[in-house]
Amino acid sequence: MAVLELSGISKNFGAIQALDDVSLSLGEAEVVGLMGDNGAGKSTLVKIIAGNFRPSHGTIMIDGREVHFNRPIEARQHGVEIVYQDLALCDNLTAAANVFLGREARKGIGPFGVLDYAAMYRRAGEIFAELKSETRPRDLVKQMSGGQRQAVAIARTRLSDPKIVLMDEPTAAISVRQVAEVLNLIRRLRDTGHSVILISHRMPDVFAVADRIAVLRRGKKVAEKKIADSSPEEVTGLITGAIAAA
Amino acid sequence: MSVSLEDTIKAQTHSPLSWLLSRQTFWVFIAAIVACAALSIATDTFATPNNLFNVTRNFTFTAIIALGMTVVIITGGIDLSVGSTLVLCSMILAVVMHAGFSIYIGAAAAILTAIAVGAVNGVLIAYVGMPPFVVTLGMLSIARSLAMVASNNTVVFQFGPDHDKLLALGGGATFGIANPVIYMIVLALITGFILRWTRFGRHVFAIGGNEQAATLTGVPVKRIKVMVYVISALSAGICGIIETGWLGAVTTNLGSGMELQVIAATVIGGANLAGGSGTAFGALIGAALIEIIRNSLGLLGVSAFWQGTFIGSFIIIAVLFERIRAATER
Repeated sequence: MAVLELSGISKNFGAIQALDDVSLSLGEAEVVGLMGDNGAGKSTLVKIIAGNFRPSHGTIMIDGREVHFNRPIEARQHGVEIVYQDLALCDNLTAAANVFLGREARKGIGPFGVLDYAAMYRRAGEIFAELKSETRPRDLVKQMSGGQRQAVAIARTRLSDPKIVLMDEPTAAISVRQVAEVLNLIRRLRDTGHSVILISHRMPDVFAVADRIAVLRRGKKVAEKKIADSSPEEVTGLITGAIAAA
Repeated sequence: MSVSLEDTIKAQTHSPLSWLLSRQTFWVFIAAIVACAALSIATDTFATPNNLFNVTRNFTFTAIIALGMTVVIITGGIDLSVGSTLVLCSMILAVVMHAGFSIYIGAAAAILTAIAVGAVNGVLIAYVGMPPFVVTLGMLSIARSLAMVASNNTVVFQFGPDHDKLLALGGGATFGIANPVIYMIVLALITGFILRWTRFGRHVFAIGGNEQAATLTGVPVKRIKVMVYVISALSAGICGIIETGWLGAVTTNLGSGMELQVIAATVIGGANLAGGSGTAFGALIGAALIEIIRNSLGLLGVSAFWQGTFIGSFIIIAVLFERIRAATER
């Protein structure tokens, strides 16, 4: 059974049709690469799955049950985590504060709970160690390198044990060595039973880690196939429109 | 010697001392103390109990509103309507008490007025998406006008049956400390606690740092924005009640131009107008420094007409420092 099943998803922003009848499924412990040119609708699709937007039409099923997300927090509660393209970090806060943003750890009773700084620093430190990243929980994000910022954004998804991790261009703005680290992390997620949707412009990254590939062009899905049955040349053709569909 | 990953992760960037030295609030605090020391030596009128009592009491009113303003400014917003909110709440209190109601009903009416003003500001800014500058500039005009309507532009100095209670509230002293100072300290402690130890406080900083990121990570940005404008208006309303008790009369020009002084205090105290930083203690220190300098100008025989020049220059200079610091950090 598919962990995530999208059927007939459409999204309009006023007169602009960002997505048109897109269906996609994601199996357990599977990495699907989502590719397409700028404006093809990749980010919109991911934001719909993450609860930032509601689809104009279509249904989302998680573990075979239909879900409706009004807010990102509801998607999280269903085990969907996302790493945003711009990382969505607050420069003025510490690494730990960013990791826990929106779900801060508290101690005390009910509404009188105060922030549990010690627990948040400790847990964030553990996650950074797991990710093998030299990132200090107490440092402000504005003082960090691109790789450390990436680690902070990825550490967020590890707070819970998500079923589905969405990654929007995780390798777009980092060094070659860090790209390898991120790809390893994606493999580690899959090996531990997580499903990943990887949005990327970088063909080699997708072919290195994905099991299947889906291509969007102008809001429509034009292909969905196994990596083994495709090639970078074919995918390039699908993205640009040189190949109509596959 | 090799350093393990765990050690790197556990390492601290700042020692307590280097952290302190990097704080603008600390340096403004030093400046305030130096100014006090210099004035005590230069004049024989500054360090008198009477003058010091005046200084502490005068900066209290600016400081209380600066606490609320700090919360707004941390989110990257601004509230220009605080001076008018103050006079509106004072006037509502005065009119209600003058009509023969108790101080409790009067104060409750003033507080509800403040909440209403803040909620209107907040909803227009957060949900309608209007710029804070425009909304609160409009409210600056509206609230003062409503105060004139409520009082028919008269001076109110009779506060009905609880007249003496109100005057004791604002004008009295407890253990030799003027009551307004005590309220200020209590409100500063509450504000400081909220900013540092609550989820709400953390979200206020997050919105100022990166509003988009806060939204994406599930922070209830709009609700929190409404709440910060309510807090700001509440601080003005509470200040209005206390100041009414202190002055013993309300005129419709009370608190006019105060927004500028409050914003100056907040910014001098280390809040960044671009959002993302600020402290409750900084708001107090900023307000104190402004009042000390204002007071000293008087004692040194400088014409009172120069005060606006100084306060305006302070805002510009504080923002300039912030610019320079941001540029050197990059």
